[in-house]
Amino acid sequence: MMLATLAVMASDPVVYHTYYDPLVPVTALPWLLYTILKMIIVFTVLMVGVAMLTLAERKISAWIQDRIGPNRTGYGGLLQPAADGLKNIMKEETYPDAAYMPLFILAPMLSFIPSLITFAVIPFAAPFSSRWGLVEMSVADVPIGFLYILAISSLGVYGIVLAGWSSNNKYSLLGGLRSSAQMISYEISMGMAAVSVLLLSGNVSLQAIVHQQQTMGWNVFPLLIGFFIFCVASFAETNRLPFDMPEAESELIAGYHTEYSAMKFSMFFIAEYSNMVTASALMVTLFFGGWDIPGTQWDNIPPWTLLKFLLTLGFFFTKLLFFLFLYMWIRWTLPRFRYDQLMSLGWKFMLPLALAYIVITGGAILVLDMLQVPRSVQWFGISPFWAVLGVLNLVLAVLVFVILDRGRIISPAYSRLSPLHIARLRAMSAARPFAASQGD
Amino acid sequence: MKNFTNWETMGREYFPILMLVGFVAVNAVGMLGLSHLTIRPRPTPVKQTAYESGIPPLGDARERFSVKFYMVAMLFIVFDIETVFMIPWATYYRQLSCDVPLVHGACAASHLSFFGLGEMLVFIAILLVGYVYVWKKGALQWD
Repeated sequence: MMLATLAVMASDPVVYHTYYDPLVPVTALPWLLYTILKMIIVFTVLMVGVAMLTLAERKISAWIQDRIGPNRTGYGGLLQPAADGLKNIMKEETYPDAAYMPLFILAPMLSFIPSLITFAVIPFAAPFSSRWGLVEMSVADVPIGFLYILAISSLGVYGIVLAGWSSNNKYSLLGGLRSSAQMISYEISMGMAAVSVLLLSGNVSLQAIVHQQQTMGWNVFPLLIGFFIFCVASFAETNRLPFDMPEAESELIAGYHTEYSAMKFSMFFIAEYSNMVTASALMVTLFFGGWDIPGTQWDNIPPWTLLKFLLTLGFFFTKLLFFLFLYMWIRWTLPRFRYDQLMSLGWKFMLPLALAYIVITGGAILVLDMLQVPRSVQWFGISPFWAVLGVLNLVLAVLVFVILDRGRIISPAYSRLSPLHIARLRAMSAARPFAASQGD
Repeated sequence: MKNFTNWETMGREYFPILMLVGFVAVNAVGMLGLSHLTIRPRPTPVKQTAYESGIPPLGDARERFSVKFYMVAMLFIVFDIETVFMIPWATYYRQLSCDVPLVHGACAASHLSFFGLGEMLVFIAILLVGYVYVWKKGALQWD
């Protein structure tokens, strides 16, 4: 049906000759050309970006650990990703005898495909008025943007689970199981945190969410706790430290991709990094205004010129790079969680917190509306609605971190001991301060 | 100006996704195919054993695993469906807490009601009972 529609649109010369209105979306042949162009550019930027991210990861880790990092291939190590890629294509692939071949080969693709198509709905710049009409700057300008991301990003778990199972290796299986349990646990909190954004925007389309933030201010302040939950959940969803249980090197060799080599391993790697890019882009879009330029309304209104497009694109990329840097910064700063701590954080803290936060946000919005606090920008470019909700969130944030800091929910190992036992240990160490550490 | 039928609008919105899926899938197969064409596999029995830190693998990997993982999967379905139910509620929240149809997406203060919030409170209260039960039963406890 759609193919037929497309054929009609492409073969109808009247349609695109009559459209010159810069505010009406492009149709027919120009639409097809622009879509293919956007698709290829987004795919290329993602692939090259992922390659550069592997270099950035190594450079940043080197910087944090006071080393030099890769600097031999190309100028300052810039060709290192190309060398790595070439090596991965040329390497011999090993297939374990015990593996179930069809799934073993399918798994990397199942992980690769969803990770690269999730980015399709994210608006990465202001629309652009071309000769043939308005070009929206996302590969697919769908009205269900957020739902699409929620649906497709969870498909990635199949690749990981099937990789773990089909390898027929104990470490792979454990990695796959851990990963699936972790990803589905945090998906709940992630979805619920995003519900608070939908309460403010009243629309699941990502363009509409960006627009709401342009008129009201970035969501990160009035929905601070929601951002906190979303950010932690995205780290868990992308299997990054401090939640990299599926591939905890010291416990599981390499987790679900232990048996994979050469190009198949490379595809898992690409999938992981492009998931990271998409998660960062999602955080930027939902909480940091997407392609919005802060402090000005110039970028929110037509005419949609080339300059506006380039500037907003630049701002989007700057925000994106900040989050990608945050991922790496945290990776080389925080140690890994224990698995039970990870699960309690997800189920016993994040889930009730997200539930309560939805009720609090809903209630606060209603009360603020009743008090007739205006949502639009009023004084000094600040919306009162935004400011009041933000202050409420700051107060809540203090509460949340005090509770989180108590160590009851994400407990260290000694919390399993009885209070009596702990008291005895404390008395022991108080009586002889250095005895415990000397193994006395 | 031509009137677009629903199908044409939908095609313009969703067809790019299909195109991208196809493009990425072709790339994925192409990458694997390219590496299959370039490499010459030289399998040996040792190379083909499962890697378990250098020790000959003991037994089969597909044995029974902890029931906890299964439990998490079941709980996930319950709570994820809850999340899915919340999304339309959140999107429609401003209308739900307004007695009359919205005017330009806004509601006069005199027409605001607690209906939307109350609905969600009832929904969450019912779920909370189940959540507390699951917690007390120890299904969320990992050891």
